[in-house]
Amino acid sequence: MSFLLPCPNCGPRPVDEFTCAGEVTVRPKDAPTFRALTSYLYFKRNVAGVQREWWCHRLGCEAWFMAERDTRTNDVLSTDVPARS
Amino acid sequence: MRLPAQPGERIDRSRPVGFFFHGSRVTGFEGDSIASALFGEGQRIFSRSFKYHRPRGLLCCRGTCPNCMVRVDGVPNVRSCVTPLREGQRVEAQNVWGSLDFDLLSITDKIGGPFTPVGFYYRTMIRPRRAWPLYEKFLRSVAGLGKVDEHRGRTQRYDVEHRRAEVLVIGGGRAGLEAARRHAAEGRHVVLVDADPDGEEPGVELVRGTAIGIYEGGLVPVDAGTVLYRFRAERVVVAAGGVEQPLVFPGNDLVGVVLPSAVRRLVGRWSLRPGTRAVVVSADDRGLDTASFLERAGTEVAEAIDLRESRVRQIAAKGRGGRLHSVELDGKKVDCDLLVMSGGRQPAYALLAHAGGRVEYDHARGIFLTSEIPSGLEAVGAAAGDGISAGIPAATYNGASGKDKCFVCICEDVTDKDVKRAIAEGFDSIELAKRYTTVTMGPCQGKLCHLPSIRLYARENETDEASIGTTTARQPWQPVELGLLAGRPHEPAQRTSLHHRHKELGAKMMWTGSWRRPHSYGDPGAEAKNVHDSLGVIDVSTLGKLVVGGPEAAAFLERLYPNRFGDMKTGRIRYGVLGSDAGRIMDDGTIARLAEDDYYVTTTSTGAGAVLEWFEWWNAVWGMDVRIVNVTGAVAAVNVAGPNSRELMTRLTDLDVSNEAFSYLDAKHARVAGVPSLILRIGFVGELGYEIHFPSPYGEHLWDAILEQGAGLGVRPFGLEPQRILRLEKMHILIGQDTDSESNAFEASMPWIVKLEKEDFVGKWSLEHVQERGFREQLVGFEMTNGVVPPEGGQIVVGGRPGGRVTSSRWSEQLGRAIGMAWVPPDLAEEDAEISIKVDGGVEKARVRLRPFFDPDGEHLRA
Repeated sequence: MSFLLPCPNCGPRPVDEFTCAGEVTVRPKDAPTFRALTSYLYFKRNVAGVQREWWCHRLGCEAWFMAERDTRTNDVLSTDVPARS
Repeated sequence: MRLPAQPGERIDRSRPVGFFFHGSRVTGFEGDSIASALFGEGQRIFSRSFKYHRPRGLLCCRGTCPNCMVRVDGVPNVRSCVTPLREGQRVEAQNVWGSLDFDLLSITDKIGGPFTPVGFYYRTMIRPRRAWPLYEKFLRSVAGLGKVDEHRGRTQRYDVEHRRAEVLVIGGGRAGLEAARRHAAEGRHVVLVDADPDGEEPGVELVRGTAIGIYEGGLVPVDAGTVLYRFRAERVVVAAGGVEQPLVFPGNDLVGVVLPSAVRRLVGRWSLRPGTRAVVVSADDRGLDTASFLERAGTEVAEAIDLRESRVRQIAAKGRGGRLHSVELDGKKVDCDLLVMSGGRQPAYALLAHAGGRVEYDHARGIFLTSEIPSGLEAVGAAAGDGISAGIPAATYNGASGKDKCFVCICEDVTDKDVKRAIAEGFDSIELAKRYTTVTMGPCQGKLCHLPSIRLYARENETDEASIGTTTARQPWQPVELGLLAGRPHEPAQRTSLHHRHKELGAKMMWTGSWRRPHSYGDPGAEAKNVHDSLGVIDVSTLGKLVVGGPEAAAFLERLYPNRFGDMKTGRIRYGVLGSDAGRIMDDGTIARLAEDDYYVTTTSTGAGAVLEWFEWWNAVWGMDVRIVNVTGAVAAVNVAGPNSRELMTRLTDLDVSNEAFSYLDAKHARVAGVPSLILRIGFVGELGYEIHFPSPYGEHLWDAILEQGAGLGVRPFGLEPQRILRLEKMHILIGQDTDSESNAFEASMPWIVKLEKEDFVGKWSLEHVQERGFREQLVGFEMTNGVVPPEGGQIVVGGRPGGRVTSSRWSEQLGRAIGMAWVPPDLAEEDAEISIKVDGGVEKARVRLRPFFDPDGEHLRA
């Protein structure tokens, strides 16, 4: 991998400056069934296409942000910092 | 012998350069390459070939072929034709058994043909099995090209530099310079990359180096000797030129058979006469154009054949001792010592293909060309097929007439017979055949063998080149030193502010993650004992330290950790184990509540980065009103422990350190030896102790004060190894040593830390599930019956089968016993249960212990 990833703070940087925490998942609100728990923990969608992912600019501003990346081409379509609830 | 001064020659005859070839001193000139200097001294054989150890001489003189590779100052596989000559260089031939002129392994060329066809190593040397070590030893010693000096150590430092440009032009030939000029005229920042450009262009930055490929995201690494430039450009112009192709005929590898570039360079650059009598066989104008160079050099041209017109069907080169002495053209013998062959040029499309260009066969011109060039990329000059004339050298495959070998791939010594045999064996796809025959997998990476091998395939399969297709072009396109790819390490080693004090005390240092820490100061057992008996001090600055503050700090920690932090009183400390949502243990540490909305969190030494990331990530998910500050580097820490530590603290602070005023698990701010500090009364090592956190720059001052004030109290520094003994005596776990990525708090025997009654926390649901399903294994302590210390990672044997593993084990001087911790099946997790541990092939007995070996009730800690 040697593509560039646009950090919302620092601009486009080599991907090796970042940590990827995988696709964005939704944590169950209430105690899930066992099936729902395991699918939240272990069953990722792993799409061949555009997916939303968590990235952290480890060697830069250290901020976490979300990126929409095409897993087939590594084109990053957009990035955004999650809104504070 | 040099020719009289030639126009445009590169050598400076007034500046001789002395170097050594196999120990003998020889001389060339400033401006020579190593190869040209050797050629000037009469050297014609430069190496022995990969498999048959045939003599090989200069073929391309432009860094493409493997023939001139030598060892220079101990570095193998140096292409001597493109490596500048330097004073004092020590040059040696490689892949030679004996001497360049007489190589013992050249016997494989005489008799080996039928016995060592392509892929022979897959079929022979298999039986008898017993003999394999012998075969292996032999094969290892003869395989490969060049030898690395294993005892030489590092002699070179490499660096990596990131660079940007608006336009990056790869190749400094005519087309590249023209493209650079055009872009520069339009006001762009243009960088031109070439190791040996034809010229310079004002307003264009020249980087002397070689682009080794185009990688994902348009990354172009440029090999500039000891620096690797990682170029990113808005636009990349590929002007890599064309590669002159050899012809395939018997004896096409003899010394004296050359490509046109060799003639041009030997004569034009270095004023050398390539031979006395030449034959030129060419499928394009380039070969014929060498006539003017040959004339300048005084080489007689005996015959010049244009394959586009001539009816010559069979060419065979004949030699003696590996050196050309005549050529047979349709049976007509012509004496010569130089044969210039040219099979036309193939565009150097590899870089374009790396970037995603489509490679297609152009029937009209008999070459592979790139179509559908990706955006942001431009191809110019010969790389784009410009100026490459038509001419398919049909005659060249007809190797059947000669007795000598007909090489398709000179790097790997693959002949036309090998390729035919591979096809007969069923390797009919070009990708499979490539892997089987290794054609295109040698040092030239297909530059000289790709096109000829595809032509041969097409002919043998009675089809055309287009339907055979081509193999995938892969980076790197030019040879590159591994050191350059590795570059310098990006993770710098970390030292604490006490590093030099440890060195002065003679500490044996070790790595823990990126940190350098004292393993011990010479006697781990005695250092551990001293903590029990009087007073020890250890540098714990490597602990990760985070300040978590803000109105929702308490709620934040409650959601992250399985235990409670909201109900803690200010000035108190609690142990915490951080887990994932899958219930797995990630890290542990102590958490002190310094104020209502201010917590001080410590992590393991190697976990600081991961914990910070983890905290920040959850806060990005939850968006709570919390600030997280990493103070790991800014804050140093030492732990003073032992029965005399209270007395030491009274000498160092004005604080009331009596047990009543400063109890176990209290946290207090005070000046220690005048340094503003946070003091945590905790006891990882099992004795009364104080962990002092303070600004890093005061490290040596505080350390000196402790050793000075503690001198009468028996103070002695202790390292990581004694600390490991001490914590094991207390059954305090080490994350990553006693736990792994599967461990959870329940099975790690810490149920008391999990507060399932909390509404929610990370990992709650998984831990509930563990409790529901029951335990699969459990972490327990054990005590060896006969005092043998089992190996860490050793196996627990249950009913003759593996049933668990030892995670920690040490000899405890304090207890006079061998102790440890292990994962065992739940039914063995009973006090006093007997377990069996594999030690040195035998089995030793141990008793399970569920409570700390030392001071199980924590009286020492609370005293």
